[in-house]
Amino acid sequence: MLHETERVIDVETTDYPSPRAALAAGARDALGAPIAVLAAGYVGYGALASGFDFPPLLIVASTLLIWALPGQLIMLEMHAVSAQLVLIVLAVSLSASRFLPMTTVLSGMMRHPRYSSWQMYAAAHVLAMTTWVAAVNRVPQLPAEQRLPYFVGFALLCWIACAVASAVGYFVADQMSELVKLGLVFMNPIYFLLILTGETKAALGRLALAAGAITGPVAYAIAPQWSLLAAGLVGGSAAYALHRWRRHRE
Amino acid sequence: MSNVGVGYLLVLILACAAGTYLWRALGVAVAGRLDPDGEIFSWMGCVALAMIAGLVARMLVEPVGVLATTSLLERLGATACGVVVYFVFTRRNLLAGVVAGCVAIVLFQLLR
Repeated sequence: MLHETERVIDVETTDYPSPRAALAAGARDALGAPIAVLAAGYVGYGALASGFDFPPLLIVASTLLIWALPGQLIMLEMHAVSAQLVLIVLAVSLSASRFLPMTTVLSGMMRHPRYSSWQMYAAAHVLAMTTWVAAVNRVPQLPAEQRLPYFVGFALLCWIACAVASAVGYFVADQMSELVKLGLVFMNPIYFLLILTGETKAALGRLALAAGAITGPVAYAIAPQWSLLAAGLVGGSAAYALHRWRRHRE
Repeated sequence: MSNVGVGYLLVLILACAAGTYLWRALGVAVAGRLDPDGEIFSWMGCVALAMIAGLVARMLVEPVGVLATTSLLERLGATACGVVVYFVFTRRNLLAGVVAGCVAIVLFQLLR
C-alpha cells in the first residue's frame, strides 16, 4: 500500500521574513476573537472570585500560573465549600488532562533544531484550548522555524491579556447584569463552533469533529467528570478507524 | 466559606498549577517520541478535535450555569445567526460571527 499518511490538518503555506516577524504576526492574530473570547471568560472568573476570599493579586497569579479556566473555576468552587486541598488538586488536575492530546499535537508540529526542549516546555505552559484551535490550523502553514515564535506571540498575548481581564472582573463584578454574563458565556461555544467548522478542511479532521459532537453529550449524560476525555477518545478513535477503513477499501 | 490565610491560598494555587502543567509537560515529552507525520499523531489530532467538538455540543445541548436559563431553540437560533454572519455575510470574520451569536442570544432574552 503506497498511501501517503493522511493529515488531520490541511496545508497551504505562508512565509514571514523572520522568526521575529512570525512572533509579531502571532500576537496580531490573537487580537480580535481569540483574546475577546478568553478575556470574557476571565472577567467572569475574576467576578466569581471577588465573592470568595481570594485577594486580587492571587487571582491574577492563579491565572498566570494555572492558565486553565475550567480548572480555575473548579478550584474556586471547591475552595468555597472548604474541600480538602488534595481533593481540589486532584479534581483540577483531572480537568487538565485535555492538555495531553492538544500539547502533543501542537508541539509535534513546532519542533525545530533551532529551539531547545526547555523552550518547548515553556511554550506548553501558555497553551489554552482557545489558542490551540486557532494555532493547529495556522501553524502547519508556516515554515518549521517560524512555528514556535508564531504560537508564542499568539499565546503569550492572550495569557497577559487574561491576567488583566481577571483583575478587571474582580473589580467590576457587582456591575455585571445577568444578560451581559449570558452574552460573555455564549462566546465560548460559538467561537469554537465557527473556528472549527470554518478552518478544519481535511476530511479526517471533519470526521473527528462530527464524531465528537455526537459522543460529547452522550458521554456527559453517562459520566460528566470524564466526559471530555471520554468523548475525545471514543469519538476521535471512531473517526480515525472509519477513515482508515474507508481508505483501505478504496 | 473557610477563613484561611494567604499562605494556604498560595500553596493551593501552586499545587493546582503543578497538577495542570503535568499534562502539558507530558504532551511535550510524548511529542518528542512520535513522528509528526505518523499515524499515532493523526489519531491524537482526532482525539483532540473530537474532545473540543464534544464540549461545544454539550454546551449547546446541555449547558450549565447562566446558559441553562436559555432554551435549546434560543441557543440553536443564536448559533445559526453566528454561522450565517461568519460564513455568508463577512467571509469568515471570526469576531463578527462570535459577536453576532452573542448579541442574538441576548436579544432573544429581551424579546421573550
